[in-house]
Amino acid sequence: MYQIGVSQPYNNNLFAPGHTACAGCGQSLAARLVLNALGPNVIVANATGCLEVFSSNFPQSSWEVPWIHSLFENTPAVASGIEAALKALGREDEAIVVAQGGDGGFADIGFGALSGAIERGHNILFIVYDNEAYMNTGVQRSGLTPFDASTTTSPAGGCSFGNPTDKKPVAQIVAAHGAPYVAVTSVGYYRDLERKVQKAAGIKGPKFLQIHVPCPLGWGHDTSLTIKIARLAVQTGLYPLFEMENGEITSVVKITPKPRPVEDYLKPQARFRHLFKPGAEEELKKIQAIADENIRRYKLYEG
Amino acid sequence: MKITLGGVAAPGSSRLNKTGGWRVFYPEFLHIRCTDCGLCQKLCPEGCIFKADKKNFYADLEYCKGCGICAEECPVHDIEMRPEVR
Repeated sequence: MYQIGVSQPYNNNLFAPGHTACAGCGQSLAARLVLNALGPNVIVANATGCLEVFSSNFPQSSWEVPWIHSLFENTPAVASGIEAALKALGREDEAIVVAQGGDGGFADIGFGALSGAIERGHNILFIVYDNEAYMNTGVQRSGLTPFDASTTTSPAGGCSFGNPTDKKPVAQIVAAHGAPYVAVTSVGYYRDLERKVQKAAGIKGPKFLQIHVPCPLGWGHDTSLTIKIARLAVQTGLYPLFEMENGEITSVVKITPKPRPVEDYLKPQARFRHLFKPGAEEELKKIQAIADENIRRYKLYEG
Repeated sequence: MKITLGGVAAPGSSRLNKTGGWRVFYPEFLHIRCTDCGLCQKLCPEGCIFKADKKNFYADLEYCKGCGICAEECPVHDIEMRPEVR
């Protein structure tokens, strides 16, 4: 076997290129930023999903750290086992255990295992890359798909404006379990992302991070707009970035200079294209109302 | 292909898979207005932008998929996407 791992990591990144993510993939960027922020002493358990598929085409792997792929539904359980083994060996201070996956793997299918692992109080960092649908299998809706997004299982058409439900508040549900640190961040705010990853790594107990990662293929925007779209989601108020410590919101990323209209975020994306046809004005108002409610609830903007 | 026990793969071995062939546009680093902020290097999804020297970044075209994020995010528009010629 080609022993590439004995050489230096490529460009000082712990996530090597050559993976088969689409051009402009927000998730591959977030995975690299997370690993670089955590450093080399991590053990990663990875759920099935885009991230697992594009980064581990056997016999190749993009990971420069110990990494294990588990099933869709049991990643937090596998990570729990790793953490328990480290504890039994008396080496729990030597590595940070990370369980990561997409919104399908953590917020839908693996949610039971996630709930159990947090309840048991394992010292694990859980990371959800939220690309708002099951992108790997061809854009099916998940619990984190936003209101009115068109996916293959919630198609927009004559009788429907797309996904009829709002995003599941996974961060709040996890915080309600009593997790000491829960944060929502976005790949568009890389400094915020790195700060939250490093802060989470320093806290003992179950930590949870939700990272907003645009998907050019599933969302239908230009590959170069990944970061812009991620920023717009925050600046319109549709994706509030906050930190919760012991169940209380302790900080939010304020919107500056002032909130943008939701149309700015929706328009470049094909999954919201149907909202700009005649007859959809009411739907745009509903989405604006969701953004306004977020701004009010999380105090994102005072003006 | 030999299948290893447990499906073990060598770390970082995906580097053998050169994804540069996917590219339709390539980033041209103009090196005129660069302020050395390093945002292109930070936000490249492949992590394939290197810093050779002060204010001198370049993309490793063996891996660059030509997404255009570096050109879009460069605050001083010092990177341009040009059609790939093969």
